Amino acid sequence: MLADQDRIFTNLYGLHDPMLKGARARGDWDNTKAILERGRDDIVNEVKASGLRGRGGAGFPTGLKWSFMPKTSDRPCYLVVNADESEPGTCKDRDIIRHDPHKLVEGCLVAGFAMGACAAYIYIRGEFCNEGRVLQAAIDEAYDAGLIGKNACGSGYDFEVIPHRGAGAYICGEETALIESLEGKKGMPRLKPPFPAGVGLYGCPSTVNNVESIAVAPAIMRRGAAWFSALGRQNNTGPKVFCISGHVNKPCNVEEELGIPMRELIDKYAGGVRGGWDNLLAVIPGGASVPVLPKSVCDEVLMDFDSLRNVRSGLGTAAVIVMDKSTDVIKAIARLSKFYMHESCGQCTPCREGTGWLWRVMTRMVEGRAEPSEIDTLEQVTKQIEGHTICALGDAAAWPVQGLIRHFRPMMEERIAAYKARSIPRLAAE
Amino acid sequence: MPKLTIDGIEVEVPAGATVLQAAEAAGIEIPRFCYHDRLSIAGNCRMCLVEIEKTPPKPISSCTYPAAEGMIVHTDTPMVRNGRRGVMEFLLINHPLDCPICDQGGECDLQDQAMGYGMDHSRYAENKRAVPDKNLGPLVKTSMNRCIHCTRCIRFISEVAGVPDLGATSRGEHMEVGTYVEKALSSELSANIIDLCPVGALTSKPYAFSARSWELSKTDSIDVLDAVGANIRVDTRGPEVLRILPRLNEDVNEEWLGDKSRFAIDGLKRKRLDKPWLRRDGKLQPATWQQAFDAIAAKLHGMAGEKIGAIAGDLCDAESMLALKDLMTALGSPNIDCRQDGAKLTNARRDYYTFNTQIAGIEEADAILIIGSNPRREAPVLNARIRKAWSQSGAKIGLIGAETDLTYPLSHLGTGPSAFADGEGFLKSGKRPMVIVGQGALTRADGAAVLAAAWGIAARAGALTAEWHGFNVLHTAAARVGALDLGFVPGPNGKSVEAMLDLDVLWLLGADEFDTKKIAAGTFVIYQGHHGDAGAARADVILPGAAYTEKSGTYVNTEGRVQRGFMATHPPGESREDWKIIRALSARIGHTLPYDSIEALRARLEQVNPVFANISFLPRFGCTDTTGPRGGATEDVAFAPRIKHYHRTDPISRASPTMAACVAALEPAPAMAAE
Repeated sequence: MLADQDRIFTNLYGLHDPMLKGARARGDWDNTKAILERGRDDIVNEVKASGLRGRGGAGFPTGLKWSFMPKTSDRPCYLVVNADESEPGTCKDRDIIRHDPHKLVEGCLVAGFAMGACAAYIYIRGEFCNEGRVLQAAIDEAYDAGLIGKNACGSGYDFEVIPHRGAGAYICGEETALIESLEGKKGMPRLKPPFPAGVGLYGCPSTVNNVESIAVAPAIMRRGAAWFSALGRQNNTGPKVFCISGHVNKPCNVEEELGIPMRELIDKYAGGVRGGWDNLLAVIPGGASVPVLPKSVCDEVLMDFDSLRNVRSGLGTAAVIVMDKSTDVIKAIARLSKFYMHESCGQCTPCREGTGWLWRVMTRMVEGRAEPSEIDTLEQVTKQIEGHTICALGDAAAWPVQGLIRHFRPMMEERIAAYKARSIPRLAAE
Repeated sequence: MPKLTIDGIEVEVPAGATVLQAAEAAGIEIPRFCYHDRLSIAGNCRMCLVEIEKTPPKPISSCTYPAAEGMIVHTDTPMVRNGRRGVMEFLLINHPLDCPICDQGGECDLQDQAMGYGMDHSRYAENKRAVPDKNLGPLVKTSMNRCIHCTRCIRFISEVAGVPDLGATSRGEHMEVGTYVEKALSSELSANIIDLCPVGALTSKPYAFSARSWELSKTDSIDVLDAVGANIRVDTRGPEVLRILPRLNEDVNEEWLGDKSRFAIDGLKRKRLDKPWLRRDGKLQPATWQQAFDAIAAKLHGMAGEKIGAIAGDLCDAESMLALKDLMTALGSPNIDCRQDGAKLTNARRDYYTFNTQIAGIEEADAILIIGSNPRREAPVLNARIRKAWSQSGAKIGLIGAETDLTYPLSHLGTGPSAFADGEGFLKSGKRPMVIVGQGALTRADGAAVLAAAWGIAARAGALTAEWHGFNVLHTAAARVGALDLGFVPGPNGKSVEAMLDLDVLWLLGADEFDTKKIAAGTFVIYQGHHGDAGAARADVILPGAAYTEKSGTYVNTEGRVQRGFMATHPPGESREDWKIIRALSARIGHTLPYDSIEALRARLEQVNPVFANISFLPRFGCTDTTGPRGGATEDVAFAPRIKHYHRTDPISRASPTMAACVAALEPAPAMAAE
C-alpha cells in the first residue's frame, strides 16, 4: 500500500489551492532549474531507470519513447500532451488538470527539455471546459512567474506551452489523429511508419505523452529513479492513479502502487462492491477497450500491466469499471460496441464496417434474437477487425466483445435459448 | 537500393519504394483499392495485406510499408488470405447487390477481387447502409451506396486537379464523400475520378445505362479538342461513339483526360454534315457528290491560281491538309494558311513554334514563366503537369497575363509586355527555367514581337542551353503544329487569312474559328468539314467530311510529337474521309493527286517533312542555336485570354449537349436586369 509520503498527486481531491501558490507549497516548481541543469541525457536516463510506463493505455516505456527524439534536428521538435481523455470510465487526467495543473506544466518543461522540444502543445478534450480554464490560468501564472517562456526557470532554455481544445472526438486521443487534429485537419490516424518521433506535428519530430506520464516526471527527477522503481512490481513500477467507477459504494480516483490486488483496491478505496464482494459479476479493469474479467479472475488478479495481460485483459488507463450481479453484461458490452461504432473515424475498412456490424449483432444478442452459431460469427468478425486496422481503435472495439464471449458465452447461449423458448410456443399457437 | 525477397523472388527496388511496389517489380499482383500510383498513399482499404517476416505476427498493409534490405515478404499465406477475405467481407456487407444494373459492371475492381477473396454467401443479416446520392454536376453520376471510401476521388481532386471540391464528412460508417455544399465539380479534369473509382460509385452521367463494357469495340486514337494530343481509347457500339477514355502515355497525358475531350462526343451525333449541300437561289440545298463536284469544277475552270485561297481548321489531320496543300499548289495558288486565329507564328524554325521542353520535361523545371496563356483552360492535362512540378519538386510559377486561378500558387507579374523585365528576373532565379507562350500573346497584332521578346527572355535567363530547351509555345489547336510542319502557310506572295477573305474562291477545311462574316459577299466558299458550324453556314458548297473518330489520321501535338489515331466508326451518311474527298475532286478538275492510298499519302508526308516518320517518339533536345525569331516593338496592352469558355471551343463541343450542360452548371448566366 502506498504510503502518504510516496504520493505524487497530493492534491488529487482538490482539498488545497490548485494554483501556483498551493502548488509551490506542495513542492512543485522547486528548483526546476537544477533538474534542467542535469542535462537532457541525464533526465532521459533517470526516467528510463525509473521504469515509468506510459499512463495512457499502451504502457510503452516513457523514457525509451523520449530517447527516440533526434539529438540534433534542423527542424523544431515538439512535445504533445494528450489530455483528450475520453476512454469510458477514465477521469484521472481531468482531476490532475483540475486540481494539480502545475504538475503537468512543470512536467511539460522537464520532458520537453529532455527531448529538445521548443514547445509543448496540450491537446485538451473540448468537454473539459472548466479544466481548460484552470489549465490556461496555470500556464498564465507560470509564464508570469518566468517558469516557462523565454529563459524558463532561469535555465537559459526557451520553452512555450500552448493549450489547444479538442472538439470531443474519441479518436483524437490516438496520437497521430491528435496530431492531425492539432494541425487543423480531420482527426484521422496517420499511417505508421513514419512515427511521430521522425515526422510528427507539422512534419517535425514530436512525442505524444499522456498527462499522467508527463506530470510524474518532475517527481521522478526530484526523488530519483530508485524511489520510483521501488514502488510497484518489477516492470510495473511506480504509483498510478486508478479510477474506480460502477457498482461500488464510493466511486473514486485514487493513487496507488501498481500491482495492488484488484479486490484490495476496490474494498479499501471504493468502499467495496455494492452488496459485498460476492455480489460482483465482472470488472472491466482498464477502461472500455480492454476485455471484461469475471469475478473468478478478479478475486486474485493484481492491477498492473503484465498481470492483467496474463489474464488476457489489460491495465489500459486503469479505469476500473465494476459491475455487480444486477448488470446485464451483454447489454453493457453492446453499449460499448455502439460507442466504438460511433467513434470510428471511418478511414479504414475493417473498423468502419466492422464496428457497425458488431453493434448490430450485439443488439440482437441482448435480446437473444440470434442463432447460437452467430456467437462464433461474432467472434470471427472481431478477429477480422483486430490487427487489420491503421490504429488501435479497431482492436479496442474487438476486445470487449471477445472478452464477453470468452467469459460469458453460456449466458449468451441461455439468452438465445430463452428467446427461442418464448417465441416458439407463440408460433405454435398461431 | 534495398534488395528484398517476395514469395521467393528476389527484387531490388529504388530506396523509398513500398512493399507493394516491390511486389509489382517482382511481377506479383497484390489486390488494392485505395492505392494508386499517381496519388498519395492512404492505406485505408486494407486489401493489400501481406506478411513480413520478423515483424509482429499480424498482416501488414503493403502499400504503406517501406521496402527494406533483406526483408522477406509472403503474399500468399493463410494469414494473408484470411486477412484479405475479412476485408473483402467488410467491403461487401454494405455494398449493394446491384451489379446487374451498375455501369461499372465488367470493369469493376470490387467485382474482380470478390472473385478471388469473396465468400459464396453473406454472413451479414442486418440492413445495408443507405447513403444519399450527391449531385456533382453534369458529368459525374454518383451512386453513393456503392462507395467503399477508398478516397481516391478526394485525393485526385485535391492533389492532381488542385481544387478543394471533394472531401469526406462525418465519421465511421456514416462517412460520406461529397462536396460539403452541393455544387458541380469545378475542375476541367473532374471526370478522371470516374476512371479512378474502383467501384460503381462514380460513373459517367452521359454514358449512364447505355452499354455494357464488354459490348464495346475499342479503338486507339488521339484527342484533337486541345493541342496536348492526349492518347485516348474510343469505345464504340455499331456506328455510335459511346465513350472516350484516356490511354496511358507517360510522356503526354499520363492517364488523365480533360472533361471536354471525354464528353464532347455527343456532339459527334448532332449538327452533322452527312450529305453534300449546294447553295441554289441563295439557299443551301441537299445535293449529290456529283453535283457538288460539278459546281466546284465549273467555278475553278480557268480561274487564276492567285484568286483561290485555302484555310485549314483546328481539328484537321495532317493527311487532309497535305492533300489540300498539294491541290492548291497544282492549282497554282500560294494562298494557304492554317492560322485562322491570326497567330503570328511562322514555320521558319521548328523550335519557334513547338513546346520544346516537352510535357514530361515540365516536371524537371524549377521556374516556369507563363506568358499570355491560361493552361488550365487551354490544356488542362498539361496544367496538371505544371501543378505536379510545383507540388512534387517545388517549381515556382510566374504569370504574365490575366490573373486567374491555375490551381497552384503563382506570382502574378503583370498583365502585358511591360512585365517582361520582371518575368526575366523571375526566371533567372531558376536553374532549369522555362517560358510558356500562349496563343493569347501570339494572336495579337504584335504577336511576332511578343514571340521574339519571349525567346529573348528565355535566352537571357539561361533557359536555352545545349541540354535544356526552355522555350515553349502552347497551342490551342490540335492541327496547328502539323500544319506548320507541312508548310500550310502562305507561299511566295501568298496571302494570309485576313487578306484571303475577298478572294474569288475560298476553301475552308474545317475552318470555323474566325469571323466568317468578314468573307466578301462575292467569294465562292467551299466548306469541307463535319459540323454545320460557322463555316458551313457561309458556304456555297459543302463537302461532308469525317470527324476525328471517323478517320485514320496523323496529328502533331504542341510538343511536335507525331501521333496517329485509328478509325473507330465510319463517317455518317454520305460523308467521306477528308483526304479522299480532296483526292477525288483533284481528279474531277484535272489535277489528279499522285496518291491512291493512305500509305502513299503518308509516304508523301514523310517526304515533305521527315518529322512525320517518327510516330509517337520524340527525343528530348536542347537548344544549340539561340538566335531568336524576328520581332519588333511590343505594344503595352494586356494579354487577353485565348479561350473564354473551356467547354465551347470547337464545332464538336459546341454541338454537344453535355458541354452545354457544363456551361449552364459552371458559368451561371448573368442576372437579368429586372432581378
